[in-house]
Amino acid sequence: MDNQMHFEYNVEGGNFTRAGYASSQIKKILKQLNVDIAIIKRTVVATYEAEVNVVAHAYSGTIYVDIDTEAVKIRLVDEGPGIPDIDQAMEEGYSTASSQVREMGFGAGMGLPNMKKNADKLEISSEVDKGTTVEITMFLNEKG
Amino acid sequence: MTVADVVKKLDLKVFSGEKGLDRQVTGGYVSDLLSDVMGNADSGQIWITLQTHKNVMAIASLKDLAAVILVTDHKPEANTAEQSNEEGIPVLGTSLDTFEITGKLYDLING
Repeated sequence: MDNQMHFEYNVEGGNFTRAGYASSQIKKILKQLNVDIAIIKRTVVATYEAEVNVVAHAYSGTIYVDIDTEAVKIRLVDEGPGIPDIDQAMEEGYSTASSQVREMGFGAGMGLPNMKKNADKLEISSEVDKGTTVEITMFLNEKG
Repeated sequence: MTVADVVKKLDLKVFSGEKGLDRQVTGGYVSDLLSDVMGNADSGQIWITLQTHKNVMAIASLKDLAAVILVTDHKPEANTAEQSNEEGIPVLGTSLDTFEITGKLYDLING
């Protein structure tokens, strides 16, 4: 059996009808692999929020998923406006979402805090006017 | 208690997702903020909201929610109903407002 798996998904900026598609595919894969349900639940929350952020803020993005026996790594790389101040973006309630996005019930400034709460490891790097990379790591066994 | 029991007792409309009417209901969650539901709702709950767009179903599916109740005569958008049918997660409706239907659902589940 292969003990390393790799998947990629494209995310289209602004297309809310497809938001959550990649997260749903990742959830299905983790279920098929019999990953612990509590880990799947946390992975889904973190991944969905990251996916929606690409849809809400970026022009396009790619989600790279790498799974081995130790961890699930989900890397979201987008082309977009970038985040000028990541610490500020991490604050609960801080959002730069458009009013249209807010009317849909997004943009409450809860996305990044949700990601931080649910990911075992969260790394964000960003360059203004270029894009943002978010890496979510979920450990499949006891940490450490 | 199943979604069908809740539909019957609270006199709800069934817009879509009929094949999920036998889902078990463990509780409820009330919010119109999607990240709030994403972060805090749990599987088996019924989600009460006035949001009608397709992302509601994405969240309901990712969170394995039992059903969605739309308040004050809101109706699901066409692609919301379509995904509800695909996922087998019912979208239900009531003419009551959020406060009233939440109180009734709470009584039904915890009464």
